[in-house]
Amino acid sequence: MSQEERRRADTRMVPYPSHSIVPERDVNSIPVLETRHLGIEFGGLKAVEDFNLTIGRTEIAGLIGPNGAGKTTVFNLITKVYEPTRGIVLINGHDTKGLNIVQASRLGIARTFQNIRLFSQMTVEENVRIGLHNQIRYDMFTGILRLPRYWKQERKQHQQAMELLSLFGMQDMADVRADSLPYGAQRRLEIIRAMATNPSLLLLDEPAAGMNPKETEELMENIVRIRDQFQIAVLLIEHDMNLVMGICEGICVLSFGKIIAKGTPADIQKNPVVIEAYLGRKKEAQA
Amino acid sequence: MTKAKRNRLIYNMITYGLVIAAFIILQSMVDAKTITRSLKGQLVPICAWVVMAVSLNLVIGFSGELSLGHAGFMSVGAYTGTIVSGWMLNVFDVQDTTLRLVVAILAGGLMAGLAGTLIGIPVLRLRGDYLAIVTLAFGEIIRNLVNVLYVGIADGRLQASFLKKTLPSQAIMLVDGAKGAVKIKPISNFTMGFILVMITLIVVINLINSRTGRAIQATRDNRIAAESMGVSVIRYKMTAFVTASVLAGMAGALYGLNATTVVPTQFTFNQSINVLVFVVLGGLGNILGSVISAAFLTVLPELLREFSDLRMLLYAIVLILVMIFTNNPLIRDFIGRLFQSLRRRFSHGSQDETTGGETK
Repeated sequence: MSQEERRRADTRMVPYPSHSIVPERDVNSIPVLETRHLGIEFGGLKAVEDFNLTIGRTEIAGLIGPNGAGKTTVFNLITKVYEPTRGIVLINGHDTKGLNIVQASRLGIARTFQNIRLFSQMTVEENVRIGLHNQIRYDMFTGILRLPRYWKQERKQHQQAMELLSLFGMQDMADVRADSLPYGAQRRLEIIRAMATNPSLLLLDEPAAGMNPKETEELMENIVRIRDQFQIAVLLIEHDMNLVMGICEGICVLSFGKIIAKGTPADIQKNPVVIEAYLGRKKEAQA
Repeated sequence: MTKAKRNRLIYNMITYGLVIAAFIILQSMVDAKTITRSLKGQLVPICAWVVMAVSLNLVIGFSGELSLGHAGFMSVGAYTGTIVSGWMLNVFDVQDTTLRLVVAILAGGLMAGLAGTLIGIPVLRLRGDYLAIVTLAFGEIIRNLVNVLYVGIADGRLQASFLKKTLPSQAIMLVDGAKGAVKIKPISNFTMGFILVMITLIVVINLINSRTGRAIQATRDNRIAAESMGVSVIRYKMTAFVTASVLAGMAGALYGLNATTVVPTQFTFNQSINVLVFVVLGGLGNILGSVISAAFLTVLPELLREFSDLRMLLYAIVLILVMIFTNNPLIRDFIGRLFQSLRRRFSHGSQDETTGGETK
């Protein structure tokens, strides 16, 4: 970029904040997540560009798009795995510039991973207890010396972990090693572990991947139930359109790093741009 | 109480019980003078190496970082311990050996912990094999430093230098360069060794079964997931690393004060690898395994002494055999079943409480 071009780019006026939608019930509170002109470049390749999204306090939002569109990159930007090269991420109204993953999680975001990342050599209960790490605390010396506070906090952790596990009926598996759980249970455990951090925004990266229709149905109910019970916002990446159209209130469609459509499920379903991104142009299909 | 918790409790009780039983048996053998001289001389080193193995297991088995300089921390502890002990004797005229030993061990742990902190701060921020490389270098650096370290007492003061001639010629030398720490009054004893082993076991076992220990294990299993859960990875890797180096320093002080001289070549890279062998042979994350393998492999070279030249060859063969046997799935399965039947017999005795809980 020449100096002249850069000067012109710096003085260019951009709409701010850009058009976004949230449910009517969340209009009176600060949005859980707000991204403005968020973008990241990897050595000249713009993986995500001008990503504007607002998520209401109790909204279930969906992020969809063809493979390689940059959906997981958006998650990594929100959770501070990557530092954005442009734009800002606000979590509960707090700027996240310069924060690391741990600090971002303390602001109230929790996530699950596309390829399951459990603490494989630990038990199911211990996995949930790691989620409770910053909720129920005591220091190292209390632990080594087994002071009364240790027993009190351990009991509290155990109770809370069990309560959380009972959300998905997994109390009986508390002592099983995480890597010996069946696939579906591993995915459920990841959600429980994320919920243990007491988040205000839950990010789910392909929660229904590899699940059969019946399990997906259950998962949909569970996500809605969690939202209702804990009054949190959920942002999910998913390829299963039944799930996305079934529970999401606002949907954002990403293609080649850019938002190509935003709206309610009904809007998205009849949006010609979205159909084109997923199925290709009509002319090409006929040819 | 849940099943996993009960199993863990039984496992920990076996670990403590075994160490206590071994101590009682060996101590009574010492009292009855039925113990061989070579084994008697090995008692304190066994304790020191057990502490080394258990503490290294905390780093490798629980925090998942490969440290190749554990003997370096031991050497820091050994030198600090001997210097502090000599200082207390010569300057403050402390005749109480137990007091001197305790203070020396604490000082050794403190200095080694300081060294661990200094190395850990930059290195634990890196990923992959960097810790292994830097700790390896640390062990060598320490060895070369103490090789030219001169510490002596003159005019009632402790003086240290890297040049011998800067110390007054009439000084009482505590550390004499390549000759190492000289004229040490051996004050370590088996009881203190046993106490140190017990303290190490309590610290490590209680630590890994606490909030901190779970965080340490989480950073081992999945770094990114741990961070996403709000666990500060660097902080907990640091906790494990510094705790291990403190314990290694304490073991070093105990070990150093067991002989009349400590030379720098006692704490080479080979010794670090030896401790690594104890840990790997005993099983990563297996405390009881570390204790047994450290004790066994410390005594083994002495037991093989009659084969003289073939000694180290046989040592290697024994190592290979143990590795093969403990890694064979069929043999593991057999041992597992043996343990299960033992446990069934064990819970048979206390049938009332267990079945009462389970039938509900």
